[in-house]
Amino acid sequence: MSTDHRRDGPTPPAGREMTRRGFFRKGVAAAAGVSAVAAALSPLRHLAPGDIPSVEEFLRKHYKEMTPEEKNAVLARIAAAVEKRFGVRPSLLDPPPLDGVEFVYALNISRCIGCRKCVHACVAENNQSRSPEIQYIRVLKMEKGSIDVETSDHHYAPPVVPDQDSYYMPVQCHQCAKPPCVKVCPVEATWQEPDGVTVIDYDWCIGCRYCEAACPYWARRFNFAEPEIPAGELNPVMGLLSNRPRAKGVMEKCTYCLHRTRRGLMPACVEVCPTGSRKFGNVLDPDSEVSYILQHKRVFVLKQDVGTLPRFFYYFDERGSRYHEPIAPVRSEEPT
Amino acid sequence: MKRYLTFLADCVRLSFVGDWRYHAWMTLLTVVALIGLFAWCQQLVSGLVTTGLTDQVSWGLYIANFTYLVGLAAAAAMLVIPVYVYRNMHLHDVVIFGELLAVAVIIMCLLFVTVDLGRPDRFHHLFLRFNFPISMLTWDVIALNGYLLLNLHICGYLLYCAYCGRTPARIFYVPFVFVAIVWAVSIHTVTAFLYVGLGGRPFWNSAIIAPRFLASAFAAGPAFIILTLQIVRRYTRHQVSDDALLVLRRIVQVAMIINIFLLGCEVFTEFYTDSAHLASARYLYFGAGDRAALVPWIWSAIGLNLLATLLLVLPTSRGLPWLNLACVLAIVGIWIEKGMGLIVPAFVPTPLGEVVEYHPTLREVLVCLGIWAFGLLLYTIFVRISVPVLAGQLTYEKRFGRPHAKQDLPPSRTSTGVNP
Repeated sequence: MSTDHRRDGPTPPAGREMTRRGFFRKGVAAAAGVSAVAAALSPLRHLAPGDIPSVEEFLRKHYKEMTPEEKNAVLARIAAAVEKRFGVRPSLLDPPPLDGVEFVYALNISRCIGCRKCVHACVAENNQSRSPEIQYIRVLKMEKGSIDVETSDHHYAPPVVPDQDSYYMPVQCHQCAKPPCVKVCPVEATWQEPDGVTVIDYDWCIGCRYCEAACPYWARRFNFAEPEIPAGELNPVMGLLSNRPRAKGVMEKCTYCLHRTRRGLMPACVEVCPTGSRKFGNVLDPDSEVSYILQHKRVFVLKQDVGTLPRFFYYFDERGSRYHEPIAPVRSEEPT
Repeated sequence: MKRYLTFLADCVRLSFVGDWRYHAWMTLLTVVALIGLFAWCQQLVSGLVTTGLTDQVSWGLYIANFTYLVGLAAAAAMLVIPVYVYRNMHLHDVVIFGELLAVAVIIMCLLFVTVDLGRPDRFHHLFLRFNFPISMLTWDVIALNGYLLLNLHICGYLLYCAYCGRTPARIFYVPFVFVAIVWAVSIHTVTAFLYVGLGGRPFWNSAIIAPRFLASAFAAGPAFIILTLQIVRRYTRHQVSDDALLVLRRIVQVAMIINIFLLGCEVFTEFYTDSAHLASARYLYFGAGDRAALVPWIWSAIGLNLLATLLLVLPTSRGLPWLNLACVLAIVGIWIEKGMGLIVPAFVPTPLGEVVEYHPTLREVLVCLGIWAFGLLLYTIFVRISVPVLAGQLTYEKRFGRPHAKQDLPPSRTSTGVNP
């Protein structure tokens, strides 16, 4: 905005006066430019203190590269941050995978009544954001005689379930043995643990959402905004790789409640299920219930054709199914 | 070294010099770019909730623009190949504008990826744990940045040689030119593989995507360059022959025909088979029930592409007005087809069969416009600098050799730190 020379054209001789005037105009232009840039950057003043990484957070190593001391420091730092934000001192641990354990899940679709108690127990257990709402389990109401998810109903909301003419198929992370989400992650922020659970290092994820595009089971969720959990509803028993509060801009997913299951408890969704449709355990233990189911029941996996080898099995049985021994109707929980 | 710094300083200075139209254009672009920056800062504060993206449709306008622009960058090869492989001298004087376009466009691509990230503050994690060669995204990082460096080197070397008034040594740029040709194909192939490799998204999981990408890139890119060259020729003293434009017309013509053919192959395979995999394509072309946000877009794209192809095959497009019309139609048609028409439908329905539509928000659109403005700003500067430098109007000799030669240039009033 300083000169009027025609581009590539001859330049008029520059007198001293021109220079002074040009200098003034240049100064005005520069000031306008600087203030325009400042105005463009002005929304950044609303950044929350937690949005700007501290030096420790910025220099933090990848989960797998941390020494035990470094990991303890990280645990202490996160626990302090949670206490500051929610007013509750959490019990934050990082339980390691157990030797000789490979977790699998089995879900009896001939007993599931679609009440969505699992969905909400999961949200409460795993400290998912209530607003915007994040849920790991999606219960599909399926047409009888079809396993095509495209004809399923995600948002059914009758006052009571089950509907006699449908069956229900809850879907959550299938903890695949060949997980496409792990393959695509550019920064190795997600990986498969020795016990078969695919986890995310929430502090390493860059939020590109490639894993979300890669998952054939729509099992991953992204924090599009800062997650909100009412302080009174926070579950203070936390795992570093599972249910500790997440930040905005990162992915999260079902971890088979590893902060519980690695300590011998059942996942929250199994515990809450009123019909016993959900079974969970160690497939390497021949006496476990899941081993029995895999050996004796009519088991299938969803979308076997995508070849990701899920550790989540659906099964059905004749005896004990709700079609032969009706289950009393249950009040249905809210859909998403 | 001093000479190189002088070169850079001259480039910076030159980019501020021009007539009132140049300043008006640059001011406009700067304002739009800053509005985009403003919208992105809002997004950084609130999170990607400011966009129309959801867990159902997790990639949208940003990745759509990214994909389109990778193609535009790859199209520089379509200027280089005729010159360096087939010795077509019509394009010789304009090939650098294609390479400069590639530089500007790759920078836009990187910006589009950056604004799509949930945590851009963790960008450095890419250097610490780089999931190569497993993740196709890491391949794309290498491909795009490598292509950027190659083109920066080629353009920078040629411009600097012109500035120093010496003939470029072939050994320092011709090998890179040939590497860049292969690399251009690779950037678009790798970007296609980002999508193609996902077994859970049947709409993308098709071998024809990469060839379709290349065909549409080699149509839209040279079409864009045809328009750009006419602007360069009109507003600068750089000579661009009609023959050069007609060589490019031939390239756009062939690429458009191949593009339409491949689209037909895809449509046939999907709809004749009529399998369960059809859901996304059906949503794209006909909508799912009352949800049909993309239907008007894709049919306009097909209409524009067919019309552009028709114009291009008719002899009438040897005349520039018709050629320009065909180019505009092709650019817009391919932008829709490849951006919104390729990215969004893969997410609708979701892998669990839920149909959630995607509607970009105003802020998202502003961020996109801001990046486009910034890219055009860069490209304008590149052209602004390279025209006088290549024409030998601005050389080190003239600046610092003979005092009277200074008259060729606007006098330096900035404190560049260099004085004769």
